[in-house]
Parts: sequence; structure tokens; C-alpha cells
Amino acid sequence: MRELSLHILDILQNSLEAGAQHLVLEINESSGANRLIIRVQDDGRGMDRQTLERVTDPFFTTRKTRQVGLGITLLKAAAERCNGALEIASKPGSGTTVTAAFQLDHIDRAPLGDIKSTILSVILANQQADLHYVHQVNGRRFEMDTAEIRSELGGVPLTEPRVRRWLEDYLQQGYNALYAVEDDKEPLTGD
Amino acid sequence: MPKISSLADLRQLRDQAQRDIKTRLDTGTTITVGMGTCGIAAGARETMRAILDELTKREIDAHVTTVGCIGMCVKEPLVDIEQAGQARVTYGNITADKVPELIEQHLVQGKIVNQWVVGRLDK
Ligand SMILES: Nc1ncnc2c1ncn2[C@@H]1O[C@H](COP(=O)(O)OP(=O)(O)O)[C@@H](O)[C@H]1O
Ligand SMILES: [Mg+2]
Repeated sequence: MRELSLHILDILQNSLEAGAQHLVLEINESSGANRLIIRVQDDGRGMDRQTLERVTDPFFTTRKTRQVGLGITLLKAAAERCNGALEIASKPGSGTTVTAAFQLDHIDRAPLGDIKSTILSVILANQQADLHYVHQVNGRRFEMDTAEIRSELGGVPLTEPRVRRWLEDYLQQGYNALYAVEDDKEPLTGD
Repeated sequence: MPKISSLADLRQLRDQAQRDIKTRLDTGTTITVGMGTCGIAAGARETMRAILDELTKREIDAHVTTVGCIGMCVKEPLVDIEQAGQARVTYGNITADKVPELIEQHLVQGKIVNQWVVGRLDK
């Protein structure tokens, strides 16, 4: 998969499909530790032991009807190729946490890519769930919680064109500050 | 920097949006993009991105939303357009490069792009 943000979208989509109401996405890039950690936590239906064993089995991807390049197995393979690992903690009824770790500077590590569009895809999902997104890059921090935004909006949907444009701007500004695209060196507080 | 000022912007646009939400419900357009695994693999996120950019460029007001897998994997990316009082049309294999033409034909000219249609629900 050419971008880790596409894997992330697929993992978040799993959470939505599991009926989650609240998703947490944490991304932590640390040059010091030379680690990239991606964590998706949800309060969806969770998985029993059998399913859990099945999803991490690399030989259990064949049910896909086309050449896919996504799914938990592929994220696991991507992490392991980069001196990292994938862990899933899940219990029926108490949600799921998927954590993928990568060696940040590994030559095979795909770029994070268009994370803003991944976040927007989830925020605009018709199956409404709140997303708390926390992204850290070497101590800089950007945070966005749709529960807070929704409470400001008093019933106006997140898909409303002007709201959506505001969300895009907000994400863009956060992204710029995280990666210091502009020479704005002030750390983000997230509000 | 996302700061208090942009939250103030959000409150201001909320007030505007609440005022004309009723007219919007009568005239509104909703575009839905399939975002299941197959959709993502076929480029659905880029399709959504292209739709958002095209709408902004042309200053078209439309809701954009995403859905999980709807079981038409080989036709992904799928884009569904619903306009108040009109047929609901589902288009298949809408990669990002086809988006400008789709928006131009369907939303601006009001013409259905028959060769890309995979489903249609008449009102
Ligand atoms: N967050 C989650 N909550 C509950 N079940 C999950 C979750 N993520 C994955 N699963 C289970 O694991 C299966 C495999 O997931 P995945 O590898 O993404 O493939 P797919 O979504 O195409 O089935 C899912 O079908 C689902 O049963
Ligand atoms: Mg999946």
C-alpha cells in the first residue's frame, strides 16, 4: 500500500463497521525513538478469541474478492517489514485497539501520505461516530475531537458545505503546524 | 494555527447554516462515496478528495458523505448523487480523473452521464 494513511482509513472503517460510536486515532512520530506508532481504539462490538486469531493469521486474507492491499493482515505485514509489529487487543462488548509500530526511518516504510483526507473520510461518514484524532510529531501536537466540534454546531451536520470547509482548513492548519510547512514554530495546543 | 479565532468562525458559520438549513433541505444535493476496503483500494479516498476540490472550485454547495462496503466491489469507486426532487443515480468506477466531468455534467448541466451509471432510483 503506497500510503500508511490508506491503511489507517481501512482500520478506522473496520471500527465503523463494528458499530463503534467513538473512535480514537493516535499517531506518534518520534525521530528520537526512531518510531512511528499508529493506534486506533474503538468502542465497537469487539472480537472473540476465534476472530482475533483469524484476523492476524497471514493466510486468512483469501476471502477478499479482489487484489486489495488493505486490511489488518496487510498493516501487520507492513509493520513487520519495517522492524515493527502489530498488536490487537479486543474483547466482545468492550471494543478493539489496534496498534501498529514502525521503525520511522526504515527504507521500506511507506509515507503517511494524505492523512487529512483519511480523517475527512471518517468525519464525513454517514454512519456517525465521533473521532478523536491526536497526532504528535517530535513533541508537536495536533488534536481534533469531533464530539467537541459537534457540540459547537448545535445540530448543523458536519457534512454541511461550510462546516466541511472549516474542517478542511482546520486540518490543513494543524498539518502545517505539525510539519512546520510554514515557519510558524509555535507548538499546537489543539484548541 | 487552529485557535480560538477559528472556533469563533465555526460558531459564526453555524448561525448562518442554521438560518438557511430549511431552504437547503428543499434544494440540497448529497454526494455519497463508497469507502469500504475495495473502494479504498480502488482510489475512493482520492475520488472524495477530487469531489471536495471540484465543489470548492466551482462554489457548489453539496453535502458529501462516505459509506462502508455496499457489495459492488468491482464497480468501485462508487459515487452516488442525490438531488432533491430528482432521480438518485449511482455511478461506478469513478476514479478521481473522472470527477470534474461528472460534476460538470450531472450537477452543472443537469445531465446524467449514462455510460458511467450503475444504478438508478427514480423519484
Ligand atoms: N475494530 C474492529 N472491531 C470488531 N471487529 C473487527 C474490527 N476490525 C476487524 N474486525 C474483524 O476482523 C475481520 C477482518 O478485518 P480486515 O482484515 O479489515 O478485513 P475485512 O474488513 O475485509 O473483513 C473483520 O471482518 C471483522 O470481523
Ligand atoms: Mg476491513
